[in-house]
Amino acid sequence: MNQSAAFAHTLQSWTSQLPILSAFPLWAWAAISALGVIFLLALPFGGLATYVERKIAADIQDRIGPNRVGPIGIFQFAADAVKMLAKEDFVPPGGDRFLFNLAPLFVVVGALAAFAALPLGKHLVGADLNIGIFYIISVTTLIAPGLLLGSWGSQNKWSLLGGLRAAAQIVSYEIPVALAILPVILISGTLQVGSIVEQQGWGVGDYHFWNIIHNPFTIISFFLLFIGGLAETNRIPFDLPEAESELVSGFNTEFSGMRFGLYALGEFVDVFVMSAVLTTVYLGGWQLPFFNIDQWVIPLPTGIVALVHFTVFMTKTLLLVFVVMWLRWTLPRLRVDQLMGLCWKGMVPLALINVTGTALWMWIFKGQSLMQLLAKAFGG
Amino acid sequence: METGFITVFWYFVIAAMVVPLMLGVGWLLRPKAKYVGKEGLAYECGEDPVGSPWIKFNIRFYVIAIVFIIFDVELVAIYPVATMFKSAVLAGNGGLIFAEIFLFVGLLVAGLMYCWVRGDLEWVKGISGPKRKEKVNA
Repeated sequence: MNQSAAFAHTLQSWTSQLPILSAFPLWAWAAISALGVIFLLALPFGGLATYVERKIAADIQDRIGPNRVGPIGIFQFAADAVKMLAKEDFVPPGGDRFLFNLAPLFVVVGALAAFAALPLGKHLVGADLNIGIFYIISVTTLIAPGLLLGSWGSQNKWSLLGGLRAAAQIVSYEIPVALAILPVILISGTLQVGSIVEQQGWGVGDYHFWNIIHNPFTIISFFLLFIGGLAETNRIPFDLPEAESELVSGFNTEFSGMRFGLYALGEFVDVFVMSAVLTTVYLGGWQLPFFNIDQWVIPLPTGIVALVHFTVFMTKTLLLVFVVMWLRWTLPRLRVDQLMGLCWKGMVPLALINVTGTALWMWIFKGQSLMQLLAKAFGG
Repeated sequence: METGFITVFWYFVIAAMVVPLMLGVGWLLRPKAKYVGKEGLAYECGEDPVGSPWIKFNIRFYVIAIVFIIFDVELVAIYPVATMFKSAVLAGNGGLIFAEIFLFVGLLVAGLMYCWVRGDLEWVKGISGPKRKEKVNA
């Protein structure tokens, strides 16, 4: 099993036969891979997600939804973008102009920079850092100061209330999220995302399978991470920072036009990042279940392997994104004291139990998963 | 590894460029208008805003932030230990690392219990002050 390669290395090896491109240094390929991922994956996702969310909402509520711009309204996001770009720019004259301008930067950078360490495929990891998962957790936290700065700079009471809620909520749910990833670190013994995915295996042979069914505690941890991720990304039922029925629009009340668009983009991209992290650590990342594309009968070219990996990864991630959108029309919003109670009195103790439980499981069963133990017990 | 942080650097640079790029395109496209009348006022459902929102806010945010920092520092300390755990288990001395993890988690639980008992985790800290009298519509 060869090591997962960085996207830049892959691009360099693909183009090594071509005349001009082969002269490009590695850092140039790194820049090109970053450009590609951000402009061809992250930003189109952010745009399309707004359309898809409205379409899903319409389906769930038995409406038609956007259907005017293009076939089945698919170009709605382009129309929205044009509208946002053409809107009058508004910076509250009484507010703090500097902080107000800085806020979308934090939100967008926090969401987009996390893509650097997402394992989109074995050969498509932007940067397979040895602190990969830690990097993603820490970078996405940049969104919290962004929301707080923006709400403070708006000089608006609704914004301030929303921003304070956002800060308290994102900061609090950071703890269960980090604790819910910890069992995977205990199981994998590494923070490198590529290695975490590789170790999860494809279920046949040595019975290594996805971390979600490694042991009973990881199943609970998966759901903790999902719930924590919902709260981190301010999605319903945790969208208190922008609760429109009580705070008008919360932290983005004074944001309009493209500034609001950037906030919305940051949030949707963050939902993608959260789902991608879940896929990576618990759902086997790019691995197909029961079917190993890397060790196929005939060795496949890296291009095809990369494409299959990417498709599998995106399928799992987008399914989770769909569940997030589905939940929006299923659950009512929590109250702010329930929110904090759920985090500190429910999820944090449960996550601590999970960490201890997984450690105990690893120690007693010498790192074997539930599936391996069952296979051994039934003579598999 | 050698390309790792170069790539991260590029991601940061390009992500930071997205914001001025989008706002710049918007600047080219949109009409440039001065705020008219009360347009520049903060939105308060149509009323003129009363007082500044820049006030000293409630201390409960401060306690939550302190609790968060303690937990976060502990988490940063537990991650390296957790990373070592698997190799220690396979090498046969998982007990030692397990004890260490248990110590970390025990400290966190003790801290959480302390906050819980003290009531720092309650969002609503009880309603103080004289009880409001029922308003009678005269």
